Amino acid sequence: MKKVYINSIASISPQKTFDNTIFLDEITDYNDTVIFAQDPDYKQYIPPAAARRMAKGIKMGVVASKIAMEEAGIETVDAIITGTGMGCMIDSEKFVSAIIDNNEQYLTPTSFIQSTHNTVAGQIALGMECKAYNFTYVHSAISFESALLDAKMQLESDEAEHVLVGGVEELGEHTTKVHRLINHIKPEAVAISKVLNSKTEGAVFSEGTNFFVVSNERKESCYAELVAVETFNTLQKEKVSETIETFLKENNLKAAEIDVVVFGNNGDVDFDSFYNQLSEGILSKTQQVFYKHLVGENNTVSAFGVWLASKILKTQTIPEIVKINKINPSDIKTVLCYNQYRGQNHSLVLLKKC
Amino acid sequence: MSELKEELKAKIIEQLNLEDVSVADIADDDALFGDGLGLDSIDALELIVMLDKDYGIRLSDPKEGKKIFESVQVMADYIQEHRTK
Amino acid sequence: MSKGIAITGMGIISAIGNNVAENYDALINERKGITRVDNVETIQRDEIMVGEVKFTNSELIAQLDLPPDNNYSRTAMLGAIAAKEAIASAGITDIKKFKTGIVSGTSVGGMDMTEKCYYEYLTEKKFQKYIESHHAGDSTQKIAEQLEIEESLVTTISTACSSAANAIMLGARLIKSGKLDRVLVGGADCLSKFTINGFKTLMILSDTFNTPFDENRKGLNLGEAAAFLVLESDEIVKAENRKVLAYVKGYGNANDAFHQTASSDNGDGATLAMEKALKVAELKPSEIDYINAHGTATGNNDLSEGRAILRIFGEELPEFSSTKAYTGHTLAAAGAIEAVYSVLALQNNVIFPNLNFKTPMKEFSIIPQTELKKKELKTVLSNSFGFGGNCSAVIFSKEA
Repeated sequence: MKKVYINSIASISPQKTFDNTIFLDEITDYNDTVIFAQDPDYKQYIPPAAARRMAKGIKMGVVASKIAMEEAGIETVDAIITGTGMGCMIDSEKFVSAIIDNNEQYLTPTSFIQSTHNTVAGQIALGMECKAYNFTYVHSAISFESALLDAKMQLESDEAEHVLVGGVEELGEHTTKVHRLINHIKPEAVAISKVLNSKTEGAVFSEGTNFFVVSNERKESCYAELVAVETFNTLQKEKVSETIETFLKENNLKAAEIDVVVFGNNGDVDFDSFYNQLSEGILSKTQQVFYKHLVGENNTVSAFGVWLASKILKTQTIPEIVKINKINPSDIKTVLCYNQYRGQNHSLVLLKKC
Repeated sequence: MSELKEELKAKIIEQLNLEDVSVADIADDDALFGDGLGLDSIDALELIVMLDKDYGIRLSDPKEGKKIFESVQVMADYIQEHRTK
Repeated sequence: MSKGIAITGMGIISAIGNNVAENYDALINERKGITRVDNVETIQRDEIMVGEVKFTNSELIAQLDLPPDNNYSRTAMLGAIAAKEAIASAGITDIKKFKTGIVSGTSVGGMDMTEKCYYEYLTEKKFQKYIESHHAGDSTQKIAEQLEIEESLVTTISTACSSAANAIMLGARLIKSGKLDRVLVGGADCLSKFTINGFKTLMILSDTFNTPFDENRKGLNLGEAAAFLVLESDEIVKAENRKVLAYVKGYGNANDAFHQTASSDNGDGATLAMEKALKVAELKPSEIDYINAHGTATGNNDLSEGRAILRIFGEELPEFSSTKAYTGHTLAAAGAIEAVYSVLALQNNVIFPNLNFKTPMKEFSIIPQTELKKKELKTVLSNSFGFGGNCSAVIFSKEA
């Protein structure tokens, strides 16, 4: 079985992360309940003729994939695999509301075509003229991890050498509105420094994309070795610690050997206890970091967790702003990412220094 | 007639989201598809809906669109002859 | 690499039957399920024909014995019914005995409820429970809940009309890699105004019975359905003394990278997908005994697919047919529906007819099998293609 490496990364998020030469040096301070991705100059990457039908999610996905490809220094890949929990919300909303508002008359095809979940992966393939394997996973908070797992299996068995993997999510106005009604969004604005201890229900909703080139060959640009990925549709709170210990054991590790753990805390008072029991329990002596205060919550934001872990491993630095506690390990060799959303769809991703 | 042509140009730009094109950029006889303005089959479907909605002309076969949308001139002639609103 | 993955159970609900036996009976008696739409209120009713499961949502809720406060979308209910039949048919009584996961495909997910309650969500509290069932993964979570599959790998694929074929592919990979011992693979999609109107804007819906591979084809009929297959590792098959229905022998996925919705004229993506599937199966084209084609009856698909089939099979073309004249195009579920039909074909050594065919296409001389035919079958190739250039092919075989 071949080893798998993350050879490049790309992120478009509510922070200025699309420039790979910096690492959360400048933080955009939000005080809100919904935060949007910071746009790179899309025109620099997408010709106007191609861009004219693209909603924000598609543009973000296409640009992030280009940044990742460039950094990996490759022209094409053996597979393009994306994850998106909610899909192309903007065009979906446009088409549903047009159906209702116009009583099914005078509808045009563009928003329907663009609403399909695999639009981003399809557009990337079209742009790259890449006829390879092309998949899109759409399973809530583990959409990205499903894509990552698929890539990993193909790389390990040498069916593929390079795979472009990413997650993308865009905010839709109506979807945001209805999620407020069911308290999935925080009732009041919260500053990023207050997210962790906000003691209110719901999360700060957001959008963004993260892409990676993963390969079974270690490139100069390598960020990390991708050791293991596992997902769980359900997991009782009481069983999280045990599950993590089993997962680590399968990878010949103990909790004490984890140098950094990346938690998915989003400040939701009803669900952050999934992480807090670990920070007080089996991972209490581990350096804990989190990121959702900076980039918000969305179905594939856990890919930002992997982005953060990759950056930490490569640069061997941990920005102060993401630290939950202060262990400050000197040599960072192993990073574990744990995420769940509203008590469901848990994921574990294990990375090592490469 | 020239009013209709100007109107069509503006509608094409708006409906098809041709951000970097202005009415002055489209000549009456310019090919709309292929090498001309570069429109494609999805645009043709958009234009078919526009014919229906704005001029009361219903096409049942998308292939008919190919001829009608050859240029703004051809489109205007066709609309002039067949419009019901 | 060439060793197949065992299929030990299957379940289905479609316009031609509520279980595997009813579907088989309709297939061999040439009974199609194409009608006017009854369960979706749409002004397009008189302009389109569909393959609809005739149960209302209330009837489905009753069948599944769901509590009144449930928030199951129609997709989730159809999926749960098919999944339960699949598990029962495999003879599985203790789902937790082996590491079991689910991979499902869907395109609309909970869109049926979203479009019904879209603005009502803002004012009517009683509908708000469906907000959470909109996203595509929800239907799969619900199926897992129905089967009591917990703490496991449960995921969803959405690659438009090839979704379920891709779910089968991932499932086979998960067993091969040892990630799971057993996996339920398939797909579910319900009819919705969203897809009816969406395909209508593309002007590819037929106003009458769809006619795959016919020169005068007028487009597709949409359908709704769900189907699931149980894939199990050789260890389980041995330990539990399972009856193997057939094997997933090969699979291939490629992207046409040609156009967002249309297939390339020469079917590049389709050709690549079939080539890869043959390679994984370690089979030559001449060793394929029957092709269950994607055959949606749109002008574009049948031409592109026909050319791709010719490119692969040339002079050695086996019988081929599209069963979409029976069921309509069931979108993300199609690959699973047709997987069940492929397994039925293998089990019964029978090729299902391509109904409604009259006139050969002028672009090539190949014609589909139009009558029910008995033939010893060892292998069946099933194609599924979708928007976004997504092309998939899966090969099923009688022997491992």
